[in-house]
Amino acid sequence: MIAIYTLWVREIKKYFRSKSRIVGSLGQPLLFLVALGFGLGPIFKAAGQGDYIQFLVPGIISMSILFLAIFSGISVIWDRQFGFLKETLVAPVPRWQIMLGRTLGGATVALLQGVIVFLISFLIGFHLQSAGLLALAFVFMFLIALLFTALGTGIASILEDMHGFQLIMNFLVMPIFFLSGALFPLKGLPKVLETIVRFNPLAYGVDGLRGTLGGVAQFGLFNDFCILLVVVVVFISIGSYLFSKIQV
Amino acid sequence: MQENIIEIKNLTKKFKDFTAVDDITFDVKKGEIFAFLGPNGAGKTTTIKMLTTLTHPTSGTISINGFDPTKQQEQARASFGIVFQDPSLDDDLTAYENLNLHGMLYGVKIKDRRERIKQLMSFVELWDRKDDFVKHFSGGMKRRLEIARGFLHHPKVLFLDEPTIGLDPQTRNHIWEYLKKMNKEEGTTVFLTTHYMEEADKVSDRIAIIDHGKIIAQGTSEDLKKQTQKNSLEDAFLALTGEEIREEVVKNQAMSGRARAWRR
Repeated sequence: MIAIYTLWVREIKKYFRSKSRIVGSLGQPLLFLVALGFGLGPIFKAAGQGDYIQFLVPGIISMSILFLAIFSGISVIWDRQFGFLKETLVAPVPRWQIMLGRTLGGATVALLQGVIVFLISFLIGFHLQSAGLLALAFVFMFLIALLFTALGTGIASILEDMHGFQLIMNFLVMPIFFLSGALFPLKGLPKVLETIVRFNPLAYGVDGLRGTLGGVAQFGLFNDFCILLVVVVVFISIGSYLFSKIQV
Repeated sequence: MQENIIEIKNLTKKFKDFTAVDDITFDVKKGEIFAFLGPNGAGKTTTIKMLTTLTHPTSGTISINGFDPTKQQEQARASFGIVFQDPSLDDDLTAYENLNLHGMLYGVKIKDRRERIKQLMSFVELWDRKDDFVKHFSGGMKRRLEIARGFLHHPKVLFLDEPTIGLDPQTRNHIWEYLKKMNKEEGTTVFLTTHYMEEADKVSDRIAIIDHGKIIAQGTSEDLKKQTQKNSLEDAFLALTGEEIREEVVKNQAMSGRARAWRR
């Protein structure tokens, strides 16, 4: 257990030390909030969907968690390149504990980032409709963070260098984000698109977050929670299997 | 008769169509400094990777401190420390944090950990730099820190894969002094590879020479000189392995992508 804690602390320390990384990764969600929020807001309202900022904020929080979580997971590749990975691979600790420590650390960092975006969103006019489900909102944020950190770690365990990173961003992470309902309502989508969205775990994260932050959860909060939890467990299991198979 | 701390029998590692380590058998005695020499691409690093649980052997058996690194991975890992050929520190942590993290992973209790880190960092003359980030360290300082780290959890064996490569003579001398001293004071067995024959001659009790994946000679430095009728270990080494430059690159191309990464 001490190994899990040790690697968790390492991730947290590294996060707080790279101030430029914290600020840097806030840029994109802010731009999305301002440009899309104010840009598409009038159209959204005219279409009778209500306040777009209210709709958008849970999506953008999910986005910033998604990106940071994947990136934290992928950092296994950096550690492989800079050699530190070997130090953890020869430690007398089961590999799944190393993986779990890293994943929990990366997920905590991604959660913190999500909370920062959440707080900033109040500045551009977001307001909480009910504070009662706030704790549950953080649970959803953490589940999203865990899920995608585990996914990133799993992918990074197979890749040998950063060459595949662009591929992952464009063909996995961006589709996951755009087809999650983070930016637009899922009602009335073409059948094909709707089916794809149904298989996208982030869709349930966005939905759960939207439901707990005061909007309407289309799939139902309970369903969102259960589906996310199952996918988290599956991804962590697959991720630690792949991680334990790393040979350097 | 001294006890063996490492026993290797018929160890083989194949990468697809290339045999990196070919049926080698040798022992390392408890408490000795053992030099494992060979030209580039001879199979040294692959052997160390098999001994340290990072790569699985194709066939053959290994025993480290009585444990089989393919089956009793954790016990085997707890028995050794390792200084890799390439740096393996976390640059974004301080020197102290790197050692502390290592101690925690290896289950060294907090009191012992604190004392041991101070003792070892003072020993490699880095205690006054303990709170500096490793990214600001020179190559030699990183190496010294890795050596301190390698000894931190009281290992029975310390593996060093070309520990002095690319360092100035001052640092190289210091590193060998540290190793000899720790070997004497704590009885840690030292298993090293190096291309500096003079250094191997000075520090090691026994030597094994590997070439094209096979052990071609072993014994003390004197044995090897006698066997080849040469005056220096370097000449003996050249007599045994030939003067030809090794085309490691060609071999690498024949290997799979994954194998290539192993051999770097």
